[in-house]
Amino acid sequence: MCLAIPAKVVELRDGDLAVIDLGGVRKEISLALVEDVWPGDFVIVHVGYALQKLDPVEAQKTLALFAGLAASEAVA
Amino acid sequence: MKYVDEFRDGGLARTIAARIAAEVRPDRTYHFMEFCGGHTHAISRYGVTDLLPANVVMVHGPGCPVCVLPIGRIDMAIELVLASPPTPLRKAGCGPSGRGPSRSLCTYADTMRVPASGGLSLMKAKAKGADIRMVYSASDALRIAREEPDREVVFLAIGFETTTPPTALVVREAAALGLTNFTVFCNHVLTPSAIAHILESPEVRDLGTVVIDGFVGPAHVSTIIGSQPYDYFAEEYRKPVVIAGFEPLDVMQAIEMLVRQVNDGRAEVENEFTRAVTPEGNARAKALVADVFELRRAFEWRGLGKVPYSALRLKEQWASFDAERRFTMTERSVADNKACECGAILRGVKKPTDCKVFGTVCTPETPIGSCMVSSEGACAAHYTYGRFRSEASTA
Ligand code: SF4
Repeated sequence: MCLAIPAKVVELRDGDLAVIDLGGVRKEISLALVEDVWPGDFVIVHVGYALQKLDPVEAQKTLALFAGLAASEAVA
Repeated sequence: MKYVDEFRDGGLARTIAARIAAEVRPDRTYHFMEFCGGHTHAISRYGVTDLLPANVVMVHGPGCPVCVLPIGRIDMAIELVLASPPTPLRKAGCGPSGRGPSRSLCTYADTMRVPASGGLSLMKAKAKGADIRMVYSASDALRIAREEPDREVVFLAIGFETTTPPTALVVREAAALGLTNFTVFCNHVLTPSAIAHILESPEVRDLGTVVIDGFVGPAHVSTIIGSQPYDYFAEEYRKPVVIAGFEPLDVMQAIEMLVRQVNDGRAEVENEFTRAVTPEGNARAKALVADVFELRRAFEWRGLGKVPYSALRLKEQWASFDAERRFTMTERSVADNKACECGAILRGVKKPTDCKVFGTVCTPETPIGSCMVSSEGACAAHYTYGRFRSEASTA
């Protein structure tokens, strides 16, 4: 019920709507809850709404943390 | 899939596991509660516990909105629509038994199978003729109301802070469209109040105390409310909280961060899910929720009982969209099935296997208690992914 997925925005449509790509599957969702989203951005999607934008730099830092690297090495 | 697969990498999982093993003190045990069903699901599905040292114990919390929805609320929803059989479309105001147009209930799929009183569930009520429809999104319910103006369309809204903003949006849209046949039966609940309740509720005396050294904090709930609301737990209860994403590596990394905090004697809010969670959360979503909803003085949670200021209802201003104000709905409280241990499981006091009917009478196909309904419930997660492992180890 609370699960949400990161998905790539591929197209903006009228009325705060957008098309996302989920591993090849396309779906229309609402962007009414988020600001400043453009095609190519990743958003966290839940029950048909984007809840938040995904920050690629922070994602990279987290992956570096898993590997035990300092965050600065990851984004450098 | 990008931002999914990298966070499930087996090699990295072993790297984090090795670090956790090196950091835990052999002379103590660490109990961490994952509040969210999403984490419970990830832990069971990816066998995270198998990668942890024996003295790091994960305690499942109440964080599945389906699991905490009490029987009484489902009964109220069923009553609202069961007496109103689907009939061919007719003019508004002249339905059966003189009570106006027939009613339709729209809800998310997971809610359909939650056991209610008298052997019913929404699914069974539907089979009996009630017009109950599964929707993927709150906007689908609104669309049905627009397309079928002769029906009273009630959206049974459930969920934590993730599903609340969409509900707020559709209420405002319905108002903007001037719809008079759309209402919300609001069952939205708040995560921080439930965590506080677990830490201080008087019922722990009956159910036993659960030792909690720290919390794995909700991922998607925090995308909306941010990490700040958890500062209170760190300060007031001296419990570390690490907000974590829902992929297995996120959970493991959070566990490592919790172990470190415990070892250092710290109790802080840390954020592992920085790729989507900020301290403030989503300002636009929070403003929408504040515009449409207000706190209920108390709300019953399945398994936790009445929790003060733990749920929302529509503000007076939006009263005409509130099913509880618009229709006669009587609040009621119904006890769980006697055999069911959901109450203790939701508080982390017992494990699914402690329940006598687990996996025999109660299965995901025939749930007795709500923890067996959604894949994020502790019983369903354990049944689906953990059962054979624990059976093998006890054989
Ligand atoms: S196994 Fe079924 S009845 Fe027992 S606690 Fe879990 S959900 Fe409740």
